[in-house]
Amino acid sequence: MSGSDLQLPQLRGLGKTSRTDAWWLQPGAILLGLTAFIVYTTWAALQGQNYFYDGGGAHYLSPFYSPLLFGQENEPRVFAATHPSWWPAWLPFSPAMLILIGPAGMRFTCYYYRGAYYKAFWGDPPACAVGEPGFRGRRYRGERKFPLVMQNAHRYFFYPAAIFVLILSYDAFKAMWFTRADASGSEFGIGVGSLVLAANAILLGGYTFGCHCARHLVGGGRDTLSDAPVRRSCYTCVSWLNRKHMAWAWVSLIWVALTDVYVRLLCAGVITDFRII
Amino acid sequence: MPRATFRITRGRGESASFKDYATDVSEGMVVLDAVHQVQAESAPDLACRWNCKAGKCGSCSAEINGKPRLMCMTRLSDLDLSMPVIIEPLRAFPHVKDLVTDVSWNFRVKKRIKPFKPRRPDAPDGTWRMQQSDVDRVQEFRKCIECFLCQDVCHVLRDHHKHEEFAGPRHFVYAAALEMHPLDTENRAGDLRGKDGIGYCNITKCCTKVCPEHITITDNAIIPLKERVVDEFYDPLTRLFRIFKPRKPDGGA
Ligand code: SF4
Ligand code: SF4
Ligand code: FES
Ligand code: FES
Repeated sequence: MSGSDLQLPQLRGLGKTSRTDAWWLQPGAILLGLTAFIVYTTWAALQGQNYFYDGGGAHYLSPFYSPLLFGQENEPRVFAATHPSWWPAWLPFSPAMLILIGPAGMRFTCYYYRGAYYKAFWGDPPACAVGEPGFRGRRYRGERKFPLVMQNAHRYFFYPAAIFVLILSYDAFKAMWFTRADASGSEFGIGVGSLVLAANAILLGGYTFGCHCARHLVGGGRDTLSDAPVRRSCYTCVSWLNRKHMAWAWVSLIWVALTDVYVRLLCAGVITDFRII
Repeated sequence: MPRATFRITRGRGESASFKDYATDVSEGMVVLDAVHQVQAESAPDLACRWNCKAGKCGSCSAEINGKPRLMCMTRLSDLDLSMPVIIEPLRAFPHVKDLVTDVSWNFRVKKRIKPFKPRRPDAPDGTWRMQQSDVDRVQEFRKCIECFLCQDVCHVLRDHHKHEEFAGPRHFVYAAALEMHPLDTENRAGDLRGKDGIGYCNITKCCTKVCPEHITITDNAIIPLKERVVDEFYDPLTRLFRIFKPRKPDGGA
């Protein structure tokens, strides 16, 4: 094969470049943004409280805790218990721990985030046409070998993530029904929280269904779609979302955190929910 | 007339160094004009490659202020002329002299990609029928002018020198144009995973950013090819399904 005899220019060291623009700005912003999100999510997931707001008859469940498998009696929990029986007693439990692994895995293996954090966290490369840390050099393995070859499992995070979108849409629907003051059933209503949860479901939907794996699965894996009109429409829609996948990724990431913040502040009594209808 | 300074690589290989040239600049000039002016005024032996001056031949690739670009398509009005404009040769290929590099490695790589293999003709007169909508997808890839800017910026070649094991974004675009063609019957997934090393690409999208033809290299060519490789080699479910429903014959690694 070709290449071994090539006389190539010497490698540049970390951060070495002739670029004259602020190339560090974008990876720097990604580094800060993702770190802030990880720190906040971990903190919020470990709280184990202030995730469900039922003041004024509302049903606002933080997306970090949905679906709520275990919880208190007044909460929309799936199982009638506060924690799983097999949970070791010495380990603190929060319902968020069981479910966050799904969305976290989806984002970790997402094609967009991969490219972004390889740059921002690994410096591989720090930015386009900017030198890398010298230790990697020719030993670079990319996504060819373990562990990063596991990124190829991304589609297996897409399937549950698609179900999560349905669950969060159901949460958003529930957030539009308020228990009447006299407890005689529930009535339709819209509070600021209802809108916050609805926007969350829409944004996560836009992110999830614009996934590159979704694009491949609905039709991208085939060379002809003219003979499959339904697939073709799906492929067109997914491709449309996919074109702005990065934007969906960031907006949905920020919004899901803000949704948790909103519910948390309501529960803590710091703010009150404004009922529109 | 305002003057600007151009800091241009002179010499060969490791002994090359920068040299500054000042020249007059006027409205509408591109970097290639400035290089030609420097050649005419003060450096007749300055080597640079160019041909069309219209962004279509892909010859004038260089690194301008550190970014891989076509010299003939980079307007001076888009650059900060209060500082010297840095013009360097591509870094991912062997240096020949001044701004010229030897890009022939790319032609060798291209030859080893399995060629177009159409299915048997649809009509007795030896012609085919296909839908425009099906062939639309690969049109984007055919815009490639082989400037190799994407190859130059790709860190797998530029910073890891994986030329022996990695075909590079330009050739993934080429493979995608063949692989996704509605008439093609060849299977390149094995080669892509094996000798073309698509797994080295870590989808950092620098190739897409520099492509002068605005080909969405990473999202439309590389990632869909990676997904096809996953189908063939990594996804246990699709592998299982294939036992019952064989697809294109495997090209082998
Ligand atoms: S996206 Fe892949 S092919 Fe393109 S520059 Fe990055 S590593 Fe290279
Ligand atoms: S894909 Fe774009 S950047 Fe790469 S060689 Fe072709 S035209 Fe140049
Ligand atoms: S590629 Fe981003 S979610 Fe799948
Ligand atoms: S001279 Fe042909 S692309 Fe620049």
